Amino acid sequence: MADTAQPAAVALDDATVAFRVAGDRVYTAVEQASLSVAHGEFVAIVGPTGCGKSTLLNVAAGLLKPAAGSVKIFDQPLAGLNRDAGYLFQADALFPWKTALDNVAIGLEIKGAPREQALQRAQGWLTSVGLGAFANRYPHMLSGGQRKRVGLAQVLIRDPKILLMDEPFGPLDAQTRQIMGNLLLELWNADRKAVLFVTHDLEEAIALADRVVIMSAGPSARIIGDWRVKLPRPRDISEVRMEKDFHELHREIWSVLKDEVMKGYAQSTRSAEAG
Amino acid sequence: MSRSTLLLLQLLVAVVALAVWQFLTTVPVFGKILLPPFFFSNPIDVGSQIVKWFSSGVIWKHLIITLWESILAFVIGSVAGVLVGFWFARQPRVAAVFDPYVKMINALPRVVLAPIFTLWLGLGIWSKVALGVTLVFFIVFFNVYQGVKEVSNTVLDNGRMLGMNERQLMRHVYWPSALSWMFSSLHTSVGFAVVGAVVGEYLGSAAGLGYLIQQAEGVFDVAGVFAGMFVLSAFVILIDFGVTLVERRLLVWRPTAAEGRG
Repeated sequence: MADTAQPAAVALDDATVAFRVAGDRVYTAVEQASLSVAHGEFVAIVGPTGCGKSTLLNVAAGLLKPAAGSVKIFDQPLAGLNRDAGYLFQADALFPWKTALDNVAIGLEIKGAPREQALQRAQGWLTSVGLGAFANRYPHMLSGGQRKRVGLAQVLIRDPKILLMDEPFGPLDAQTRQIMGNLLLELWNADRKAVLFVTHDLEEAIALADRVVIMSAGPSARIIGDWRVKLPRPRDISEVRMEKDFHELHREIWSVLKDEVMKGYAQSTRSAEAG
Repeated sequence: MSRSTLLLLQLLVAVVALAVWQFLTTVPVFGKILLPPFFFSNPIDVGSQIVKWFSSGVIWKHLIITLWESILAFVIGSVAGVLVGFWFARQPRVAAVFDPYVKMINALPRVVLAPIFTLWLGLGIWSKVALGVTLVFFIVFFNVYQGVKEVSNTVLDNGRMLGMNERQLMRHVYWPSALSWMFSSLHTSVGFAVVGAVVGEYLGSAAGLGYLIQQAEGVFDVAGVFAGMFVLSAFVILIDFGVTLVERRLLVWRPTAAEGRG
């Protein structure tokens, strides 16, 4: 499974992320987070809303620079954007003025691939995410789940070594989420990229990942737990939830996560009242 | 309402309006003609004037001149608006420095520039083009500026993570976004190009629809003024229809493209 002989795909060491808010006040989103994702490992980060999970992901992507600590990608310190990573965003990130096919092909085209070839491979990827017949649709003509599929194809066609996913299935309904989860596992199984998957859904995290990392409620969120998921692969998301091991692990992690969720909730209501 | 009933009712409005006009200008009511023909002419005279223009072919020269002026004003104004809009949006400092002046020029009623343009560029088409350009430029400029500024950060980040460099971001993200904003104001900017041309002609020229109207007015030929107005409206409707076709083609990807401006 996870290959520990090779250098870690992503290694955050004591990463602290702070934002300057309103003049001189500094908001520390994440404090001294250390996390490593091995080659071929699927790691899920779970935490209460607003704990800085996405912030951590943006640090791994190179979209954010940590105020302190280091980020290494395959043992190389990360400077600028993480060129080895594909990023699936939470919000709609497709180019609305391009068709599904062009949206997928763009990743190859900007690398200089001939257009014919790029389109051909894009069509192949659309087919493998189940949208072969929707190549000429524009994003607004697709459902939320279909847009996520296009997004997945758009990222995977570039064959990134690392896959960063920010609550990618968050806006979808429960059934679509399960279908998307299974699709993701199926695609991931083909070549086992290193995955860093952010979610607020513990069940989703356990069902998908090799490791589940728990973050505390923000501000100054920390990593407070790290569990290995020993469920056998290949998994089926809806079936794996029935297993005894799944329940035990879920109970164990939830006992830690629950307090943080309550804290996070209390904070969000307090700040809402204050604001 | 079915399509044919709608068309029938729309025609009815025109027929009734023309009939009332004809009636009030030719038939005395209580011994008095309510709309003196000297000031209001009548639909038959206006119609025959239009027929005369077209049958003799005089009108084509004027239509083509006005069309040319409008096209040139639109193209030059749009190109300049896109370039400056892009430049300002990508260089916030430049935008900040020029901001008060842009506002000032935009606040100026453009008609007052017409005499200056006539002095500078003469009575030919270029003084009219210049007036149209000042109108079109600001519409396109503001839209492109907005379009570039309001590109979604997620889409931009996605472009970057997919490996786009600045030039590619420009081509695949900023440019289409700016163009979509520009196209959404296409009706307005094309309309203003025509306004610039016609107003310029009206204020001093030797050809064009505005010139035709101004000439007719100069000899108190009210039928000629009305005829010019009708030809001008038909001309603008035709252009607007063309714009709608172009817009449908260019904005297929937009969910609102079909609804557009009703």
